[in-house]
Amino acid sequence: MLVNSSRGTIYGTLLNFRGALEALGDAVHQPPLKAPPKAPILYIKPRNTHAGDGDAVALPPGVDALEFGASLALVIGRTACRVAERDALEHVAGYAIVNDVSVPHPSYYRPALRFKCRDGFCPIGPTVPRNAVEDPDALAIEVEVDGKIVQRDHTSTLIRPVAKLLADVTEFMTLAPGDLLMVGVPAGAPRLRAGQRATIRIEQLGELRNHVVHELAEGLS
Amino acid sequence: MKRARVAYAGAVHDATPHEDGLQLADGRVLAEDAVVWLPPVEPLGTILALGLNYADHAKELAKELTTSAKDEPLVFLKGPNALIGHRGQTRRPRDATFMHYECELAVVIGRTAKNVPRDAAMAYIAGYTVANDYAIRDYLENYYRPNLRVKNRDGCTALGPWLVEAADVPEPGALELSTRVNGKLVQRGNTRDLVTGIAELIEYLSSFMTLAPGDVILTGTPEGVVDVQPGDEVVCEIEGIGRLVNTIAGDETFGR
Repeated sequence: MLVNSSRGTIYGTLLNFRGALEALGDAVHQPPLKAPPKAPILYIKPRNTHAGDGDAVALPPGVDALEFGASLALVIGRTACRVAERDALEHVAGYAIVNDVSVPHPSYYRPALRFKCRDGFCPIGPTVPRNAVEDPDALAIEVEVDGKIVQRDHTSTLIRPVAKLLADVTEFMTLAPGDLLMVGVPAGAPRLRAGQRATIRIEQLGELRNHVVHELAEGLS
Repeated sequence: MKRARVAYAGAVHDATPHEDGLQLADGRVLAEDAVVWLPPVEPLGTILALGLNYADHAKELAKELTTSAKDEPLVFLKGPNALIGHRGQTRRPRDATFMHYECELAVVIGRTAKNVPRDAAMAYIAGYTVANDYAIRDYLENYYRPNLRVKNRDGCTALGPWLVEAADVPEPGALELSTRVNGKLVQRGNTRDLVTGIAELIEYLSSFMTLAPGDVILTGTPEGVVDVQPGDEVVCEIEGIGRLVNTIAGDETFGR
């Protein structure tokens, strides 16, 4: 296991799996989106969202189910600013499994804090050093809910493979040691109701387990 | 009380205002340009920013907005890479055609806040500072807009010079804001015109996320945004809070 003493900022990448972009269909050409993404579209999972393996994720009042977004994350090991694709991976210390939890939301047009940045909405799982993963663009991802496999994908279907993503992101912003960059969430992320349990598996990394509970009434937590 | 963080002679110091510039905690009095000013919030938490939170600015941008429905505050996040201190340099990329400043009142959280009603919200504030949150509109895309390529660029959010304690700001909801580019007044507003006020913002945000000490809320900017060019000096000033200076630099300065 990689010891990561100081966690930095956690960034997510929107619509970086081919299937996830295709699932939007013609909507990417219609208002309000009007065109497919050009540069990487990122978002931040702030510190109040950070959680761990085995943690419960709370269903907010009035919401039926939460989307569990299985993602490979790059753990940054060296300051990465304007890195070239060919040496991008030298800036990666390791890899982690992240569960990018969302309240399902109908539109990608506006930042989605109320849907993506609730407390505990970003469990972070096992982290392995870079050399434990042969090729980050060749990893199987699967999600099991209550004992049944409900989602399968593979990092070979990334629109921007790992090195290209790092190069394109660090063209406009610097990633610091301890930062995490999620490479994207595959299409068909499962939705879990209260009481359901999920295991996210990424080949060569391990498993991340979380379950959904009702949000406790104020004062009970 | 006003406090700053500056680097001077090989160390980082706390500083307070002095008639000749500033005074370090160890007693040394220095001119404003003798030190390197750092963002005054340390340790820094989550950086939240409001879009379209002054009615006049929303109107100013209306022709490029794809939707007009505004049922809740437009909030986005920034990483620590975006911040720089007073008297810093911000890069204008060569290919940009419209880069503008945004003078904003920054609210710094002082106590853990979860489900805080607006009537109690002001007690959760540690203090205030001035922000200049640049945007380069050429990079806008209609996904999680304003996307991070517009709003999370290195050094594109100046913060400072001072963190002013909340107790010294009796009326944060009635402060004059202004921006001058090379001495010319280009932007003016008053925090009384915030669409969602400070207390309401804390109520809204804390209804779904726990705010913690060191979190910063940039409350939005009024109308009057114009393009800035390398060499321009941009000064954002908020009554009683501070005067934040920033200079635009071209790609050459950054080795590009």
